[in-house]
Amino acid sequence: MRKFIKYSFVDLIQSYWTILYFVFFLVVTSTILYFSADMTKSIVSMMNIVLVLIPLVSIVFGAIYYYNSREFTELLLAQPVRRRSLILGQYSGLALSLSISFTAGITIPFILKGIFASEHLPDFLLILLAGIGLSFSMSAIAYATALKHENKILGFGISLFIWFFLAVLYDGLILILLILFKEYPTDSLAIVLTFLNPIDLSRVMIMLGLDIAALMGYTGALFLKFFGSFTGIAISVFSVLCWIAIPSFLMVRIANNKDF
Amino acid sequence: MIEIKGLHKYYGNHHVLKDINLDIGEPGIYAILGPNGSGKSTLLKSIIGLVNPRQGTISVNGISVAGTHAYRNEISYLPQIARFPDNLRVFELIRLIKEIRNEEADESELVNLFQVESDIRKRLRNLSGGTRQKVNMILGFLFDTPYLILDEPTISLDPVSLTKFRKIISEKKEQGKIIIYTTHIMNLVEELSDHIILLLEGRIIFKGGLKDIYGKTGSSSLENAISMLVDKNGK
Repeated sequence: MRKFIKYSFVDLIQSYWTILYFVFFLVVTSTILYFSADMTKSIVSMMNIVLVLIPLVSIVFGAIYYYNSREFTELLLAQPVRRRSLILGQYSGLALSLSISFTAGITIPFILKGIFASEHLPDFLLILLAGIGLSFSMSAIAYATALKHENKILGFGISLFIWFFLAVLYDGLILILLILFKEYPTDSLAIVLTFLNPIDLSRVMIMLGLDIAALMGYTGALFLKFFGSFTGIAISVFSVLCWIAIPSFLMVRIANNKDF
Repeated sequence: MIEIKGLHKYYGNHHVLKDINLDIGEPGIYAILGPNGSGKSTLLKSIIGLVNPRQGTISVNGISVAGTHAYRNEISYLPQIARFPDNLRVFELIRLIKEIRNEEADESELVNLFQVESDIRKRLRNLSGGTRQKVNMILGFLFDTPYLILDEPTISLDPVSLTKFRKIISEKKEQGKIIIYTTHIMNLVEELSDHIILLLEGRIIFKGGLKDIYGKTGSSSLENAISMLVDKNGK
């Protein structure tokens, strides 16, 4: 699998899009840090960008990468290799190059701003963790979806809908559910629903770290009440890992049964 | 020896391969012919393990290929469409395939033969379609394997490269290898092939040598002979 991670990483890290992604984070982070004196506010602004943009870019990039390397995948599968190693290797190389572009793009300005000497270092690390987690989980979802659907337009459409559902529709739907069932105890329901969305989970994780009650929102406050800050973060991290493991498992299953 | 027994393949409801039975053991060049959509590529892909059969068995050297991958050490495959990672350079691609197969091979002779020395450091996205097909050829012929499976190898090759392709294929045949390929160029088949397998709508309607197909149809041109067989067996 290492060989496949290496090749897809080396291929992607030289791509214009990966470089553009790095430059984008570099410029946006520098601008936010330059215009705001308050580090907490900067971190909250970065969080909002990370939570919307990383899932979208990871989904789009994941689907494009699979469809673009479709014929080469066929050539590689004709070599004496396991399908599992190839597919997981390609996906890991993709997620790794997205994560490195993002990490380098936001870390350089934060280092220049003196994050290592700041009390906000743990908050910054949580943003990094959330961004890397989202890069891995959302590109896994896109890769599995693209593998399942040979029709590019359909695969793209479904991937984008998954992003739209998780990033935009989901919170509204939770709110409607909670209002509909306001007569009943809904705390556990809200917690379970948060587990089911990697973007919400990442938001809760960062909020628990920042410990700003006003921004925590309903589910964040519930997490804090139920688990406390540290356990809350640990559980969120574990759930994000599940969000990487389950689509990866599905990816391998789909690939094993697929006709290339 | 490649043995295919009772092979059926469906894409959704479409029955692509219907009860294919083939024994390919004798060294030589096997041409798989047939109209577009007759199942030629699917048959090749089934042997290489890219396509999972619905029913039937395929074995290479007596070992069933289902769910295994080690047998592909014995096979070189040349896919129909040559598309490679955009940002890799030609020499990086060749090195990658060698690493994946865990096998040493010297590409210099093939690089010279196809005259791609000046392209070897170029990124693959900057190559023309014809040069990409030459790179595809280099990868296909790089390893010394007993079986070669070539899916429409002559597409987008210029006449000079086509001559070189003929030369390589003839050499491989002399070395006692089994070469299975698909094509629509009939004079290439007449010149090179020892065996012909003709597919129509997923069924084998003829297998045998060139003399057999001429004898069976009474025609002296392969193109006519094939047309006659296709017309006779078609709807």
